[in-house]
Amino acid sequence: MADKIKEEHKSSPFLIAFSAVILGLLAGGILMAVIGENPFAAYGFMFKGSLMNMERIGNSLATAMTLLFTGLAFAFAYKTGLFNIGCSGQMLVGGLMATIVAHYVFLPRPLYLIILILSAIAGGAAWAAIPGYLKAKFNVHEVVSTIMMNWIAYWSIYYFIPAYLKGPSLETESSSIVVSQSLRTSWLSNIFTGSEYVNNSIFIAVAAIILIQYLLSRTTLGFSLKAVGANKSCAEYAGINVNRSIVLSMTISGALAGLAGLSYYTGYSLNMQIGVMPSQGFDGIAVALLGASTPVGVLLASIFFGILQSGKGFMNAMTSVPPEIADTIISVIIYFTATSILFEKLWNGFFHKIHEKQEEKAAAADKQTQEAQ
Amino acid sequence: MWGLFVQIFPYVIAYTIPMLITSLGGLYSERSGVSNLGLEGLMLSGYFATAFFIKLTENIMPHGICIVMGLLAGIICGMLFALLHAFASINLKADQTISGTAINMLAAAVTVYAARMITGSGNIPILMGIVRNDIPVISKIPVVGPLFFARSYWSSWLALGIWAFSWWLLYSTSFGLRLRACGEHPSAVESAGINVYAMRYFGVLMSGALSGLGGGIMLVTYSGEFNGSVAGLGFLAIAAMIFGQWKPLGILGATFFFGFFTTLANVSQVIPALGSVPTVIFKIFPYVVTLIALVFSSKHMSAPAADGVPY
Amino acid sequence: MDSNYVIEMLHIRKEFPGIIANDDITLQIKEGEIHAILGENGAGKSTLMSILFGLYRPDRGTIKVRGQEVTIKNPNDATRLGIGMVHQHFQLVHNFTVTENIILGKEDGFILHRKEAALKIKKLSEKYGLNIAPDMKIEDISVGMQQRVEILKMLYRDANILIFDEPTAVLTPQEIDDLMQIMRNLVKEGKSIILITHKLNEIKAAADRCTVIRRGKMIDVVDVASTSMQDMAAMMVGRPVSFKVDKAQAQPGRPVLELKNLCVMNTKNVPGVKNFNLTVHAGEIVGIAGVDGNGQSELVEAITGLVPVQSGQIIINGTDAAHLTIRRRNELGLGHIPEDRQKRGIVPIESISDNIAIKEFYRPPFSRYGILDDGYMRRYAQNVVDHFDVRSGEGIKSPAGKLSGGNQQKMIVGREIAMNPELLIAVQPTRGLDVGAIEYIHKQIVAHRDKGNAVLLVSLELDEIFNLSDRIAVISGGELMNIVYTSETNEHAVGLMMAGVRQQEVR
Repeated sequence: MADKIKEEHKSSPFLIAFSAVILGLLAGGILMAVIGENPFAAYGFMFKGSLMNMERIGNSLATAMTLLFTGLAFAFAYKTGLFNIGCSGQMLVGGLMATIVAHYVFLPRPLYLIILILSAIAGGAAWAAIPGYLKAKFNVHEVVSTIMMNWIAYWSIYYFIPAYLKGPSLETESSSIVVSQSLRTSWLSNIFTGSEYVNNSIFIAVAAIILIQYLLSRTTLGFSLKAVGANKSCAEYAGINVNRSIVLSMTISGALAGLAGLSYYTGYSLNMQIGVMPSQGFDGIAVALLGASTPVGVLLASIFFGILQSGKGFMNAMTSVPPEIADTIISVIIYFTATSILFEKLWNGFFHKIHEKQEEKAAAADKQTQEAQ
Repeated sequence: MWGLFVQIFPYVIAYTIPMLITSLGGLYSERSGVSNLGLEGLMLSGYFATAFFIKLTENIMPHGICIVMGLLAGIICGMLFALLHAFASINLKADQTISGTAINMLAAAVTVYAARMITGSGNIPILMGIVRNDIPVISKIPVVGPLFFARSYWSSWLALGIWAFSWWLLYSTSFGLRLRACGEHPSAVESAGINVYAMRYFGVLMSGALSGLGGGIMLVTYSGEFNGSVAGLGFLAIAAMIFGQWKPLGILGATFFFGFFTTLANVSQVIPALGSVPTVIFKIFPYVVTLIALVFSSKHMSAPAADGVPY
Repeated sequence: MDSNYVIEMLHIRKEFPGIIANDDITLQIKEGEIHAILGENGAGKSTLMSILFGLYRPDRGTIKVRGQEVTIKNPNDATRLGIGMVHQHFQLVHNFTVTENIILGKEDGFILHRKEAALKIKKLSEKYGLNIAPDMKIEDISVGMQQRVEILKMLYRDANILIFDEPTAVLTPQEIDDLMQIMRNLVKEGKSIILITHKLNEIKAAADRCTVIRRGKMIDVVDVASTSMQDMAAMMVGRPVSFKVDKAQAQPGRPVLELKNLCVMNTKNVPGVKNFNLTVHAGEIVGIAGVDGNGQSELVEAITGLVPVQSGQIIINGTDAAHLTIRRRNELGLGHIPEDRQKRGIVPIESISDNIAIKEFYRPPFSRYGILDDGYMRRYAQNVVDHFDVRSGEGIKSPAGKLSGGNQQKMIVGREIAMNPELLIAVQPTRGLDVGAIEYIHKQIVAHRDKGNAVLLVSLELDEIFNLSDRIAVISGGELMNIVYTSETNEHAVGLMMAGVRQQEVR
């Protein structure tokens, strides 16, 4: 009986995510208190900063979309057995491809958008395929190789942009693309009353989620990729082409990260900054883990993190809490999702105690009725 | 050509030493059976802690003591962050890759957060690092002298001493035998009555201590300022560990190999002979070289057999 | 007779989540005897001994050593009391030397003195007649020598009570004889031996008394000399057991598998299989007998496509498959029950349903145009589960990793046989299973043969080979020693061949 209860009340991914978030916010609160700030006030400003009005909601949403793509990218690779820490680099390359297209390709809008999207996908996919190939063929650990690729992308863009896409004013920025070439549309900006950043990537994101969910659960491709991720030796034994699967997994993951670049560099913003390693690549890890690597979970988690990242500026302006608090909270959350066994034990123990109490009550009641008879 | 070589070699050593000591730290952890991808964060935490301590005390303490205590602070800070990884990996049997990545991100965020408290900008410059010295007598030996013993930091010799000691510890003592066994076959160790958890804690904490020291040495030798990032040096250290096939001598060779090319990249701007090559090549060179090195060394990996597997 | 007992485990109870491994077991070992503990796989023998060796603590019960009650909290305590254990799965570090493995944990000081230790070990080994090479690495020595290293580990720590956990699983018949002799030597030197096994003939050969355990409970303690193997078997299983499979005469037909001059390299880049020639016909079972590590694994991996072939041909149903992908070979009619079910056979976190579909999901009727047919997969899986008696907590939705070893194996066997492969390769198909599951799987394999299919059986258990095979091929050092009809040979002869002694071909 006790075993059955354990199965029924086993802590769901939601409970684990919830616990990790609470602990992350708690850690953040402690750090705020340490420097003399009131955590509740600070959090209040953070949420105000991201949700106070439609404009801010639009901005938060736009921030979230980039995180959604990197989260989906990491989650997809993770579900298929790989750690893609290279989303930042893939995002940069995908973003670069999209930026180049935005500067030089002028076509009717629907066709243009297709090419824009494809260019970002191609850039990200190619950048991830390299570590994928190195892993499949040479067994190179993908964590180290993707990080190397991050830095190669970082420096390549550092020199490429001033050389070929130089902005008029700053050395550190590319020249901006025309708004009409971006993902921003007036009707969206109007819904979110003047939000500067909101853009069409929302629709691309939703499409991506549906597509990836379908791919993973209903297709033979998803079946093979998941099998390779879950037990490479068995997949090989069963006749699945493991090397091909590894490369495909990384490529698809990179394609999604490339879309993050599209969303960020031609939607959220209109140019690329050099000398910045996009943190969304790493935040995507948190999004994926918090969302238990499921497409829907990633959606929810990305919105939460979008709120965090979007509101930190306002909080920093209204208090003296440094904006790094957001990254700190995020990394604490990652740490706790990795240690989820702790929560499972805690919640299991909690439910078990409740059940025991119920049994005791029932037994006592039975005894009473027996004695009364 | 030779003059050029002699000129940059001290820089090579200075650049390599932090990588070497960090990689050595990683070795302790992985040899005990816990994979540690958090070396970047651990190094960063030492980098920060040393800067933090020195900044606070550089005007009140004598210079030499200030530096030594600062390095000690780096070691302790590294160990504290490593404790998180140890607890998650050993007691909670968490996914060690995620835990290591979390440490990297946490260190990156918390150190800048704390740095802002002191300087507002997030960067912490220190007034003076270790002063380079020519070692008396031996630095005059032809060829070898100017190469190794001129303009050297005492921290380099400390690091090399720790490296040599570690080699002896791992291969000539019973403690080392047990530690290595934990990374190969933990249940055999358990059957022999040894506490595997305790050994693994040692391994992970050592990786924190040495990586923290590496970050601190970086600060007081060639960096001079905490700037929130170690630019992938921690990951280069991991790559060096793989390239060096998890052996002390291999790590020495591998880190010098990476260090040489990275230094070349860094000094390329000031050396006229290399001026014609576009800077970007130099910047990406270390990372490309690392990838190539990994291609050659990953095929027949002699990683400790139980590395990364929770026990 | 209390003072005669060197070890007493009284009313031991040990529970794990969901199962009572030891239920009020009492075990009493006399000084200087060889005492066997007989029970099927999963009966609780290893758990009991793990308690004695300090790896587990009992929930209830007491342990006495020479009449004194003791608490054994960890292997160190056990070692101090003179108790040593040779594990079923050797606890040896593969890239350490023999000496390093023996002194691990008992190094005599902070600094290692390898040379002195090696000398001490050599002397010890000579005293007990255990031939070893102190400076060789474990990965380079034979399995028999590895076992002797395990024994020396105990003797190095002055163990007086030696526990052997299923020691003969990996030995040839001759090496088993050697081990029996070693055990008798040890007893002569005053040691007491506890032998855990499920092999009746070895109990008969070596043991003085035997405690029978079934499903966690102690059934009886018998005097070995005066108890028949039939009686012991019946006590072990709880019902009369016949060890022979009811098998009709084989009706061999056309060749299904032909191996011609097959050469395969092993993981150390030396030849693992040398010039192997073999034909398996439809309607027959050919068993490959051999000591572990003599090329069977490489042979099977080459046939099934997991490793490349250096030279030679693998002809399946008339097509040379030596360079075809695994999937292609499966399509040609190959089925494979793998040696290591945890590593190759199942994907633990995926459902039974997905596991059963893992070889065929990519083609109709399991999927069409890349889209899976969930309904078909579920119906197919349910069919297999019903047919092959695979028991699980949540039916076909259960993650495969949650099934017991026996049910996992039944699922794998079911999956393979349900594909109706004309060539079924079964490697260690009943390892670690209880008698009931073993009987079931043996029946299934014979039934598969009777449908006109070819079966290649690879097993380290000679009983199983003799029970099932129509012909027996012996492999030694990667070469085919001989092929004989089962009816025309016996275990002794096969044992000689396994050890590398060539005989005239008796086809």
